[in-house]
Amino acid sequence: MTNAIEVSGLVKTFGQTRALDGLDLTVATGEVHGFLGPNGSGKSTTIRVLLGLLRADSGRAVLLGGDPWGDAVALHRRLAYVPGDVTLWPNLSGGEVIDLLGHLRGGLDRHRRDQLLERFELDPTKKGRTYSKGNRQKVALVAALASDAELLILDEPTSGLDPLMEAVFQDTIKELTQGGRTVLLSSHILAEVEALCDRVSIIRLGRTVESGTLTELRHLTRTSIAVETERPIDRLERLAGVHDPQVDGLRARFDVDTAQLESALEFLTAFGVRSLTSQPPTLEELFLRHYGDELAELEGRTTVSRDGSSADAGAAR
Amino acid sequence: MSASEATLAGPPAAGVAAALAPARGTTLTGTWALVRFILRRDRVRLVVWIIGITLLVLSTAASVEGLYPTQADLDKAAQTANDNAALIALNAPSYALDTLGGQAVFNVGSFGYVVMALMGMFLVGRHTRADEEAGRTELLRATVLGRNAPVAAVLVVSAGAFAVLGGLITLSMLSQDLPTAGSVLYSVAMAAFGLLFASVTAVTVQLTEHNRAALGFAGALLGASYVLRAVGDVGDGTLSWASPMGWAQAARPYAGERWWTLLLLAGAAIVCVAVAFVLLSVRDLGGGLVPPRPGPPVASTALVGSRFGLPFRLQRASVAAWTIGLGLTGVSYGSVGQDVRDLIGNNSAFEDVIAQGGGSLTDAFFTTSLLMLALIAGGFAISSTLRLRSEEAGGRAEPLLATGLGRSPWVTSYLAVALGGSAALMTAAGLGMGLTYGVAVSDLGQVGRLVGAAVAFVPALWVLVGITLVLFGFAPRATAAAWGVLVACFVIGLFAELLDLPGWLVDLSPFQHVPAMPSQGFALTPVVALTATAAVLMVAGVAGFRRRDAGY
Repeated sequence: MTNAIEVSGLVKTFGQTRALDGLDLTVATGEVHGFLGPNGSGKSTTIRVLLGLLRADSGRAVLLGGDPWGDAVALHRRLAYVPGDVTLWPNLSGGEVIDLLGHLRGGLDRHRRDQLLERFELDPTKKGRTYSKGNRQKVALVAALASDAELLILDEPTSGLDPLMEAVFQDTIKELTQGGRTVLLSSHILAEVEALCDRVSIIRLGRTVESGTLTELRHLTRTSIAVETERPIDRLERLAGVHDPQVDGLRARFDVDTAQLESALEFLTAFGVRSLTSQPPTLEELFLRHYGDELAELEGRTTVSRDGSSADAGAAR
Repeated sequence: MSASEATLAGPPAAGVAAALAPARGTTLTGTWALVRFILRRDRVRLVVWIIGITLLVLSTAASVEGLYPTQADLDKAAQTANDNAALIALNAPSYALDTLGGQAVFNVGSFGYVVMALMGMFLVGRHTRADEEAGRTELLRATVLGRNAPVAAVLVVSAGAFAVLGGLITLSMLSQDLPTAGSVLYSVAMAAFGLLFASVTAVTVQLTEHNRAALGFAGALLGASYVLRAVGDVGDGTLSWASPMGWAQAARPYAGERWWTLLLLAGAAIVCVAVAFVLLSVRDLGGGLVPPRPGPPVASTALVGSRFGLPFRLQRASVAAWTIGLGLTGVSYGSVGQDVRDLIGNNSAFEDVIAQGGGSLTDAFFTTSLLMLALIAGGFAISSTLRLRSEEAGGRAEPLLATGLGRSPWVTSYLAVALGGSAALMTAAGLGMGLTYGVAVSDLGQVGRLVGAAVAFVPALWVLVGITLVLFGFAPRATAAAWGVLVACFVIGLFAELLDLPGWLVDLSPFQHVPAMPSQGFALTPVVALTATAAVLMVAGVAGFRRRDAGY
């Protein structure tokens, strides 16, 4: 088996809200897969379908070779899950919750548990109610990371963690994946995704809009060029793949589709390049481009998007 | 915000800041805004409570005239009730039972006061500690809002709701051509009692970190108030003066009104509110009076050894409290049983009348008392089953169901606590009743007899568990309807004859099928039938949960 997760054409509706609208997602065994999308785009809903907590209306979902709904219990023994919003039992200590989840999953490595507690600087004797948001998140993280699960499903696992703990998290994930584990990481922290993920899928409004390695995705976006030439640049805007050209005498700034970068450079050399700086696309730009029409929609409208907020509620529940 | 605003950018609203600056604000700032907010949140809930209680009082008052059409009927009924300690213990002290007004008040009885108190308790708990526990109060308190405003606002809403309810009760009584003074006094006593328990809850929510425990504490005080007056009213009445319910009933509507006893209720309410405000000024938001202690760093085998560990751990305090509470109520009924026996000693002619119905008057008293206890235990059966829903809706089921724990085992682990707990509760009730009565009459054989009679109600409680589970499995957002089922069982159990309910309706309550022990003998068929019904409902409920979406 080469794919840990195979999802195609997944549809899930909550009343009028179409939370998932034909979503596709493929996660190869052994890879760390970034799962990106704006709030309410259906990330958590997808994860809950994969966990067999929600039943999809249509489409196909295969998790570790099994059916997430029908084989839920058998599959859950092989995976560990960290929810994005961890709620704990107010009168149970963090240590108790970690042990409870570990036992229900079929045992946990006590040595690794204690090691993780130390790394994440988590006090296991505090009661659920007295933990801060970040510390509640750590309880769920320690419980999941201390398991031997072959698949980790992490839904915004580091929300609320401080930068030091974020680094600890990244180190731990890197160590674990060297052992061949598969990770599905839903996250908004792009630096985290860049540091950890082999491939990413970007979803929007319940559909996959882009999927591939970061290099592949970068190829789909634009590089910013600032150039100074000996002769004034002529007819820059007619060059294929150029966007937002701003020519000011001998200086010019423009964005170019990364696929057209080479022809753009050839074009520029004809004017005698004096200096040139190029900025590769960041993941943020990648994000903004794919979320862009939603932003445009937001700016163009006078009230906050109703669709966005209701889809959010549906997905968050 | 105006709809035409295209951008959120702009200078800070200096006008608003300036308007706020001169007022320094008090601990009550923002109370009115919160009052409106509570009314908005509870607009349906409050109306349901108010209409429900009004209908209870109105239907009872209206039925009295049909039951006793002539003064001779009333006189006979008064004679019967005056000699019946069981009725007095269950309902109310006997004042002017030879009048329609007296009979109406007697028949609504203590149950009416309990319902008023519950309305106040749930209302206050929901808008104070429950919000605080969920972190919503923090959001509100970070705005321009005084420290005491949430408590003050919910008490203002309670006072308003009870005033409306009192007005409707007055109108209900007047519609039955009852005297004005008594009708007004009765309504004020009911409303004042409800408001007192709203104020009591305003104190208990300051003491504990959890709303559930705060309501449990207030509920225990309500139970004590009921038991004290039951024992007092059957005895010489002294103990009744230790009970707020006794104060309300001592106002004697339609029987030589004593308005001044209401001052006791008002005074107690004022003291409670003052105490609540003092406690608010010394405690942290989110905290109780007892600081949280650290817990064990690792889980015990009891917690993680089996799937039953967690549900038991989460509910052990509640099971213990309910068991002790029902045991103590059983003790008080058992001690009254002795008085019932003494009373009959003076009135052997009356005993003959009752004995024709099978069994002695004491046994009839115990049968009714056990029904009452079983109905109360129904509260545990439902709330324990609803734990499944609160765990699911609170997001705590999700990480568990994402482990190797299957849906059916998860549900059945909670069911085990609900089913076993129900049995424990009834055993405790029977034990308390049997031991006290057995010692009083020097016949410890009563213990086994009354425990058996109490345990006979357990299958009926299991049916309630089954009904709740079916709701959970098929209509998770309507699980609160289980409480409606319990209320219906209460009305059928306590008012079926009075309201002249049709037989098929009465038969819908599982409690009506339990063999009426110890008055009558044990019958196997209904017990088996109830257990089988419960089992079918539970299997259906689990099947429903297995096929629906979990976690929302």
